[in-house]
Amino acid sequence: MKLTIPEEELMYEGTVDCQGCGAGLAMRYALKALGKRTFVVIPACCWSIIAGPFPYSSLQVPLYHTAFETAAVVSSGIKAALEIKGIDATVMAWAGDGGTFDIGIQSLSGAAERNEDIIYVCYDNEAYMNTGIQRSSATPYKAWTTTTPRKYPKARPKKNIDEIMVAHEIPYVATASVAYPEDFIRKLQKAKNIKGTKFIHVLAPCPTGWRSLPEHTIKLARLAVQTCIFPIYEVEDGKYKINIKPKNPKPVEEYLKLQGRFRHLTEEDIKEIQEATNRKWKKLLKKEEFF
Amino acid sequence: MEKTVKKRRIFLMEEIKMYEVRFHGRGGQGAVTAATILADAAFHEGKDVQAFPMFGVERRGAPVAAFMRMDTKPIDIKTQIYEPDCVVVLDPTLMSVVDVTKGLKENGKIIINSSKDPKEFNLGKGKVYTIDATEIAIKHGLGTKTNPIVNTAILGAYSKAVGNVKIESIEEAILQNAPRKKEENRKAAVEAYEKTRGE
Amino acid sequence: MVKKVIYGNHAVSYGARDSRVEVIAAYPITPQTQVVELLSEFCASGELKAKFIKVESEHSAMAACVGASAAGARAFTATSSQGLALMHEMLHWASNARHPIVMANINRAMGPPWSIWTDQNDSIAQRDTGWLQFYCSTNQEVYDTTIQAFKICENDKVLLPGMLILDAFVLSHTSEVVDMPPQEEIDEFLPPYEAKYKLDLDDPRAFGGLMFPDWYYELKYKQHRSMEKALKIIEDVGREFGERFGRYYGLVEEYRTDDAEIVLVVSSTVAQTSKEAVDLLRKEGMRIGLVRIRTFRPFPKEKIRKIASKVDMMIVIDRNISFGSEGVFYTETKAALYNEKSRPPVYGVIIGLGGRDVRVEDIMNIAKKGKNNKLEINKINWWGVKL
Repeated sequence: MKLTIPEEELMYEGTVDCQGCGAGLAMRYALKALGKRTFVVIPACCWSIIAGPFPYSSLQVPLYHTAFETAAVVSSGIKAALEIKGIDATVMAWAGDGGTFDIGIQSLSGAAERNEDIIYVCYDNEAYMNTGIQRSSATPYKAWTTTTPRKYPKARPKKNIDEIMVAHEIPYVATASVAYPEDFIRKLQKAKNIKGTKFIHVLAPCPTGWRSLPEHTIKLARLAVQTCIFPIYEVEDGKYKINIKPKNPKPVEEYLKLQGRFRHLTEEDIKEIQEATNRKWKKLLKKEEFF
Repeated sequence: MEKTVKKRRIFLMEEIKMYEVRFHGRGGQGAVTAATILADAAFHEGKDVQAFPMFGVERRGAPVAAFMRMDTKPIDIKTQIYEPDCVVVLDPTLMSVVDVTKGLKENGKIIINSSKDPKEFNLGKGKVYTIDATEIAIKHGLGTKTNPIVNTAILGAYSKAVGNVKIESIEEAILQNAPRKKEENRKAAVEAYEKTRGE
Repeated sequence: MVKKVIYGNHAVSYGARDSRVEVIAAYPITPQTQVVELLSEFCASGELKAKFIKVESEHSAMAACVGASAAGARAFTATSSQGLALMHEMLHWASNARHPIVMANINRAMGPPWSIWTDQNDSIAQRDTGWLQFYCSTNQEVYDTTIQAFKICENDKVLLPGMLILDAFVLSHTSEVVDMPPQEEIDEFLPPYEAKYKLDLDDPRAFGGLMFPDWYYELKYKQHRSMEKALKIIEDVGREFGERFGRYYGLVEEYRTDDAEIVLVVSSTVAQTSKEAVDLLRKEGMRIGLVRIRTFRPFPKEKIRKIASKVDMMIVIDRNISFGSEGVFYTETKAALYNEKSRPPVYGVIIGLGGRDVRVEDIMNIAKKGKNNKLEINKINWWGVKL
């Protein structure tokens, strides 16, 4: 059987992620894609813990832990130092949704506006999971979190970080899912060879926070794409390309019903979510047409 | 120097009539809740109490510990528990990874969720009590077959084995604190109380 | 009246609920999350009629509170460590703008390396921002102080923000018995906030604009004078609280100092553990007591002077360090005593940074070392350091 992704492991076994953690998978693929000459910057997030406590590090590449809001800018600083010293390597910021969509957006926008030569990967588990499942602006509409209780679930839609990054006119923006590793790895390898800011947004299900079964992580990461809730696309120099176009998109209910964080949804809620998903998908198809 | 230290140790132990309990479980099994419910039960019997989890990063499935102390007079100290009077083990698979008897007082008690007889355990110290809390939990529909919620059952066993908190207090505390299936949890505790094995 | 076994963090939530806070703006950080989660629930259930802004950072959390307070609402937030540090600019803002915001800070060590365990460096580093600081040692005190803080800070003579401080995990995640009086009685003690100065359509004014050197200095004088006046108001409020609810509070708490030769100067949960140590040492014949510093800002100089005048030795135990100097409670204690005619030798000990457990034996051994003149004067005594 032929392996379609790089074989070399740059992440040790025995990391402390929860059973079924999507973020653990994502890092493993990312390092395979980028190889040894990679510096990783991790702000406060689940990966601050998965990376291992003193005296361990679970990565076989250099790693800098940094303050919550600074992933993009600390990465910029490292890259600047490497350039001035003539060292050729990739600098990858590896942040959760909280550190990207919310507290980290200022430094991310700054880095993107300056087109800093870094790869910024946001692994999105759709809430502040490391601190115990509080809502972030990446939390989907109507989801339960500890700060959006079932009586008043998240009232606002998920922030569209991808379009925000496209608006910065950086050379490369892409979405990915841990259920499609070849696509994710291909995108990272493409990003490695582009100069400027590259933003990749990968969906990483979290059984603990989504109240799903650990064995459903890949299934959920696939269903998110097949229902068009989380489209897989890339925008290279402003040109849109949708990588996965489900011929007959699955109904959103199939995805939602596997997650306890949505168990309070009424039929009306599901209808609303389906309609919003349809609208968003149509909009994306049009963008691909026009751009 | 050593002599004086030992003397002081005994002096301390005589003075402190406090009772300290340590719970061992895996993240998600309810060890922390067990400590809290026990504290609540003891509080309702008029004791002063403290309960706290192992202060660390909890991951699902990883070993966790929780603690509680109770005393008939107000508890001032705010320290970790190093020499528990009793250890409660919610998941016996932990015993090969964690030294559950660490620091346990010489005549301390150890309560294990197991279908085995206490005599089958050779731990070197402590009086062993066992209860098949897993079977009881599954029977009452608490949790799932792969992840049964055994914490309420094991509190019933605690009451029987140690005897310093009445089963009625534990039942009451369960009814007040259990987020779901209050009656089932209560019944599990009572059944465990009756079936606990050990001297 | 309700008596419950609750976490320190929840004691904060209940305190804020019973203080009828009106605007909460908060951002999650370990180990504060339970504070805001329970407050979220109270807001959702209607138990607490407050607006909860789920801001995107701690700097924004304080900024939102500043806005809310400027418009006359009773504002509240909670944070810890890195979050408190990120708020720093806005802490100055809140105090300089004279907004009586109350905040709970969970004392947690600063990274790197990441640490979620307790020490006082985060709040100590903010001692110059013009916030009142209360170091709590039990969950009961946390609940009671949350309510008192609003009354103290909103007093016309004070009008400064205040932070109540509790140890990460040792208090925040430890369940203890807390007695909560009925809401009506708390309402009588703490009436609604009537802002003296606020953004007002009927009286439109500008707040915070440019000020030349000719008047800025006077504002700072007034700010400091308010801190000084707070010393008495803290005691008055603590006394009134005692008269109504049976638990008295002040600037400090003295424990067995009456005939003490040696006095420990302690704070937070270390003080509680130290009480046990004092009892055991007393049984062994040592004449020892302790003074727990509850209010660090304003610093209770007179109380320290009074106690110092009667003892042979003071040992200050800091769970913080000002790099390049020494423990901060140590510095401030000595400074209060410097010009006194008679003052005892004062020793400084550092302990428990990064959440290392402080045990009864540790305190006992510190006291004994002091008694045997084995502690080093004019040097930092690093207790238990492994190097």
